[in-house]
Amino acid sequence: MSVWVRGVLVLCTIWPLAACAGQQSALDPQGLQSEQIQHTLFIFLVIAAIVWIAVVIVLGVGMLRRKPLTDQPLDLDQAFEERSGRVVLALGIATTAIVLGLSFVSYAGQRTVFAKDEHVLTIKIIGHQWWWEVRYEADRPHQSFVTANEIRIPTGQPVKVELESADVIHSFWVPSLTGKMDLITGQKNELQFTARNAGVYRGQCAEFCGLQHAHMAFAVIALPPDEFGRWRDHENQSAASPSDQLGMQGEALFRGRGCALCHNISGTMAGGQLGPDLTHLASRTTIAAGTLPNTPATLAGWIADPQHIKPGNLMPKMPLQSDELIAILHYLEQLK
Amino acid sequence: MAAEPKELRDDALNGLRLSTQLERVWRTPPGLLGALMSVDHKVVGRRYIVTAFAFLGLGGLLAVLMRIQLAGPEKTFLSADKYNQIFTMHGSTMMFLFAVPVMEAFAVYLVPLMVGTRNIAFPRLNAFSYWMFLFGGGFLWISFLFNVGPDVGWFSYVPLSNLQFTPSKRADVWAQMITFTEVAALAVAVEIIVTVFKLRAPGMTLDRIPLFVWAMLVTAFLVMFAMPSVMVASTSLILDRLVNTRFYDSSSGGHPLLWQHLFWFFGHPEVYIIFIPGTGMVSAILATFARRPVIGYPIVILSLIATGLLSFGLWVHHMFVTGLPQLGAGLFTASSMLIAVPSGLQIFCWLATLWDGRLVYRTPLLFVIGFILIFVLGGLSGVMVASVPIDTQVHDTYFVVAHFHYVLIGGAVFPLIGAVYYWFPKIAGRVLSERVGRWNFWLAFIGFNIAFFPMHILGLIGMPRRVYTYTADMDWAHLNLVSSAGALVFAVSFALLLVNVIYSLRKGELAGDNPWGASTLEWATSSPPPPQNFDRIPVVKHRDPLWADGESLPVVAGLSTDRREVLLTSLAEAEPQVREASPEPSIWPLLTAIATTIFFIGSIFTPWAVLWGTPPMAIALIGWFWPKGSKEDEA
Repeated sequence: MSVWVRGVLVLCTIWPLAACAGQQSALDPQGLQSEQIQHTLFIFLVIAAIVWIAVVIVLGVGMLRRKPLTDQPLDLDQAFEERSGRVVLALGIATTAIVLGLSFVSYAGQRTVFAKDEHVLTIKIIGHQWWWEVRYEADRPHQSFVTANEIRIPTGQPVKVELESADVIHSFWVPSLTGKMDLITGQKNELQFTARNAGVYRGQCAEFCGLQHAHMAFAVIALPPDEFGRWRDHENQSAASPSDQLGMQGEALFRGRGCALCHNISGTMAGGQLGPDLTHLASRTTIAAGTLPNTPATLAGWIADPQHIKPGNLMPKMPLQSDELIAILHYLEQLK
Repeated sequence: MAAEPKELRDDALNGLRLSTQLERVWRTPPGLLGALMSVDHKVVGRRYIVTAFAFLGLGGLLAVLMRIQLAGPEKTFLSADKYNQIFTMHGSTMMFLFAVPVMEAFAVYLVPLMVGTRNIAFPRLNAFSYWMFLFGGGFLWISFLFNVGPDVGWFSYVPLSNLQFTPSKRADVWAQMITFTEVAALAVAVEIIVTVFKLRAPGMTLDRIPLFVWAMLVTAFLVMFAMPSVMVASTSLILDRLVNTRFYDSSSGGHPLLWQHLFWFFGHPEVYIIFIPGTGMVSAILATFARRPVIGYPIVILSLIATGLLSFGLWVHHMFVTGLPQLGAGLFTASSMLIAVPSGLQIFCWLATLWDGRLVYRTPLLFVIGFILIFVLGGLSGVMVASVPIDTQVHDTYFVVAHFHYVLIGGAVFPLIGAVYYWFPKIAGRVLSERVGRWNFWLAFIGFNIAFFPMHILGLIGMPRRVYTYTADMDWAHLNLVSSAGALVFAVSFALLLVNVIYSLRKGELAGDNPWGASTLEWATSSPPPPQNFDRIPVVKHRDPLWADGESLPVVAGLSTDRREVLLTSLAEAEPQVREASPEPSIWPLLTAIATTIFFIGSIFTPWAVLWGTPPMAIALIGWFWPKGSKEDEA
């Protein structure tokens, strides 16, 4: 009984979820690669379900069969023994055929997923404990820029990401677009994917990378190509200069209070390389690698005590007066 | 030359006099010191089983703590640091301190009885192995209680476990615990192989060996070939950490992936080291409660061997997302899926046996049926994980967590609990309560599926493993809550098992020699067995001796009753060859284990421990092997 209920549940739970899955889901493919993987997954799932149900039926019928009682366990019917041996071997051959068939299905899918296109855009992604450095590298250096935790890409065009690590092993995973790939110290990996539709696709580090592994998310934002072009042109520019007194005060504090030792803001004296680049911080949707939405309140809370929100991260708690905090916040809010 | 006083042999005595005389020779000495000196495989095996189950309880408690933390989004029940220690301790405890040892423990207790001999081969090594296991496990858990528990995962990937990223002693504790348990596991593997090869009762030819013993033999070989790989890995890690070697440092010629290759070259066979004994238990239980031999004895054995061989050819499927060449990865997809063939063949043999058998629905059989339902599902999700494209999505997600719990709990723990119900009467002399047993089974079966089935879906909808929390907007909360509730039900089923064991030890129904009417030799002696196991060594003329010969097993005579002696037989045909002395109780294995423990733990803190830790070990080993002028073995 419970067996049947479970069998039905297997089928019923997965399909509706496929339709209503969230923003970080292998069952909600929005890219060429994730569609192919889901296709392969469903072939495997159907065959697995058939095999499991067949086993359950044989088991169930075997248990329900009436068999004559005997005190002689060794009183066996030789013909039956030989026949069942042959049946077992035949099933073994069938199993072999199934797994070989599935191997080919799998390899065909693998070739599609990892096919190399003439890519139009290469993005280098460097994993850090616990955030993502995102480098857009163009042939002409003045078109190269650096950002963090948010990757904008054009829709409908193949994108290549080059994956490296600054410290331990991380794994780049945006299930709605494609499967994951590790970022390994001392090694260069790469991954290609194409987003079909515009949208925000959440990703998350999938290889355990230490204390705050759970808080190492990022977003891939797929934009129509012309919009992507405009964003890229904007991102190439240096940071906006503060427009008011409070902002200028904030910029000075940013330099004076040590923030600039770790953070880079292009076009200013702040040139630190340890932490995320903040040149266009205010245009990002989240802070602290997808931990919090990027609002003045959360950003203030983060600057005031980053160790409370994400214990163990490398950003120290800086002693700041509340008016100093307001000034820095005001400055950062202008980095559109 | 003066004639020696004539030695008393067991053909000169009979009945009670023979039993008493053999018991006097083979018993464990009384008192605490006697207990510490014991080399009886039953005493050591019992300790091994109880200790491994204690670690199961501890590892299970950690699992409950994790499920409480994950029951809802952004819970603060555990901090990130505590959670990371706890999931590392859970994995390490379950794999290294429970699953492998408990299987070897059952082998230590049962294999000598099932092959009809008086003690395991190398009984002092066996005692040493237990002490090493106990000290290694104790060391890990005491470290954890002092907040030095490892927190880098049971797989301890570099560079995270390097000195640079884990400057505390936590990774050293993990690496050295591995060394302890591997020493213990390798020792038992050697004993099992030699026991099966050389100590079988006369007439137990290779094709009359019980399936459980075959399974343990294959497992022992897997241990022999797999464990050295992880010992090399963990020793290199500890050398990197303590004396600045650079095995895994990519900036000076090492590579982090070296660790992964070495670890998974061990880590994948490890799964089969846990699963193959489970299949042996299933075969033993099934034959008894289906009231007929398992169909396809040669198919089952060849499947076991094929599984063992294939298990060394698929470690790379743990590394599909490390950037391997595509064709190579694709080949490992095929080799990984191929292991479904021998596993499938065994399942088909069991299904055929159930089909034809006259089933007696006692608790052990219920667990076997539960095993088939759960394990087949786990095996099928394993076929999915073996596919490179699917794996790139589900790798390191809760889908994989679901998969390997279906395989390991379904494939090993369900048969194991069935085995507890099955062999408890032999070990304790009393039968476990059948009523509690049924509750135990249904709570375990239902609780397990509620706990782990939703994890498949969680993984597919994006939940990675090893995260201590998740945000509310991820849509993972409901399934996690269901899973946590199931985990509690599953935990209750283990509490029931404990209650049943404690109750039945005192009040359980007396078992008698063979309460289930089983066919193998361990049921031919009393429950619990006397120190000498058998008054006379049985002669085996059939694969199912107790079914073929009923109450009157033929026996051989001629072994000494004055001193410990076992009968060596030939490898293939089990023809009697030599009477050989079997070691007396000794305190030296314990002292050697203590000396080795000081050496291992000391070396975490200073390389000099390698120097000053050696003499005590040498002294202990000299004591152990001090020649006593024992009588020459006779043909």
